[in-house]
Amino acid sequence: MASVDASGGGIVLSRLSKSYGQVRAVRSVDLVIAPGETVALLGPNGAGKTTTIDMVLGLTRPDEGTVLIFGVPPAAAVRAGWIGGMLQAGSPLDHLRVRELVTLMASYYPNPLPVDDVLRLTGAAEFAAQWTTKLSGGQAQRVRFATALVGDPDLLVLDEPTAGIDVGGRRDFWQAVRAIAERGKTVVFATHYLEEADAYADRIVLIARGRIVADGPATEIKGQAGSRTIRATLPGVDVASLGALAGVVSAERHGDTVILSCSDADTALDALFGTFRGVRDIEVRGGSLEEAFLQLTTDEDSADTEEGVR
Amino acid sequence: MTGATHLRYEILRTVRNRRFFAVTLALPLVLFYAIASANRHARTDGISFPLYFMTGMAAYGAMFAAVSPGGRIAADRARGWTRQMRITPLRARTYFAAKVVTAYLAAIPALILLCLAGASLGVRLTAAQWLEMAGLLLVGLAPFIVMGIILGHLVAADALAPAVGGLVVLFALFGGAYGAFFNTGAMLTVVKLLPSFWLVQAGKAALVVGRWPAEGWIVVAAWTVVLVLAASLAYRRDTGRA
Repeated sequence: MASVDASGGGIVLSRLSKSYGQVRAVRSVDLVIAPGETVALLGPNGAGKTTTIDMVLGLTRPDEGTVLIFGVPPAAAVRAGWIGGMLQAGSPLDHLRVRELVTLMASYYPNPLPVDDVLRLTGAAEFAAQWTTKLSGGQAQRVRFATALVGDPDLLVLDEPTAGIDVGGRRDFWQAVRAIAERGKTVVFATHYLEEADAYADRIVLIARGRIVADGPATEIKGQAGSRTIRATLPGVDVASLGALAGVVSAERHGDTVILSCSDADTALDALFGTFRGVRDIEVRGGSLEEAFLQLTTDEDSADTEEGVR
Repeated sequence: MTGATHLRYEILRTVRNRRFFAVTLALPLVLFYAIASANRHARTDGISFPLYFMTGMAAYGAMFAAVSPGGRIAADRARGWTRQMRITPLRARTYFAAKVVTAYLAAIPALILLCLAGASLGVRLTAAQWLEMAGLLLVGLAPFIVMGIILGHLVAADALAPAVGGLVVLFALFGGAYGAFFNTGAMLTVVKLLPSFWLVQAGKAALVVGRWPAEGWIVVAAWTVVLVLAASLAYRRDTGRA
């Protein structure tokens, strides 16, 4: 967990809640994001990611709780030009060419980046003279990214930015995001693509049914969901003594191969080496993020039947 | 200057919308020539018929042109662009000011074109009369500009064209832009409460003394104030701001 002086920088969500009728989209979310962090809001559809993002951007008023962006409410941060956003399902303004649209967006901000630099960074330069209504899905996404970036905001908020984009386009997109993050910008993105959260975020905030169910680096989240598996070749060992090792939940053996399911693989490995000699062909398999995701988003309050909304 | 660039692109987007000009310029022009040229030597309401009909069609075209830019908010909304703009430092008042200026600028070609058409059928006015006519028309357009903004916030993008078209035609009809069908008795009292009645009168005020009494100012101002209040409610409802 990042810890940050709540009065100073970063993004601070306190007891943030929002309901739509009977549906509690976001339920008492507390979250602190330090300046310069790249954070993924990961969760299934309807988990409350977009509602959370809309409240961070000041587009939706929370029922309860507060949002502070670098110490001020969202509306003030927006007016100061600190925020750049890519919203879900937007399409660029019509009757404009790509360069004109990005120029228009730049004019709203006090210290915008040079339009040509942004067009180049986002890969939109090659179709800068095209009408905004004549773009492919991938091109439109680049243009929307360019409009989010051109104001040189300190906080970049991306709501499912790569939905419907092909693999190559995604990789280019995330490379550009990484370039932005390396300049010290704070990046918050919502996604339901596990690989993206895993590969591009410093930290993953896992959301399910309007609540944060896990929060930390990808490796920690995987660990939090429990099992890592150790496979090794270790002839002639009693299964019961393997199962009794510290950090091991259960053990199996198939011939000379032993398979240990671990709650703490590091401790288990120490115990394994400390107790037995001649351990070979060690292989530690992380629980995948997918396993963690499924476990954490379905186990948690499974008695709760309420459905979230986007 | 954020406002200046925004206004420049807002105007550019309007100018590039060819369908918009087809409706706001071509329609009143065609109606004018079709009807006025056949009656060019007739007299109506104390003035020559081409002049009479020119003012009506100028009011009609200008009304259409003035409602349309606000109505385009519906398209921006459908594209998710009003939300996008709300997370930029662009102020709502700058956005609406640009809409109003654009609407006025959009109405001017319709006015000029109809005046030229009028002149081509023998309408002759002094420079002062042209200026007074244009000035009062711009005043009379104010409620229609705000009406466009309300429609843009309340009506879905695909329903906007018929909504704008229908509303403008009704206002034009009852206001007397096509001819004074309702200028008698109780009906006159009612139509005098319409802003379009005064918009049509604005065209004639420079020619016939007494066509723009205090009542004109009051009706136009009242509509404008009420519509501005309604527009701010529509905007708040639309954007979820309490």
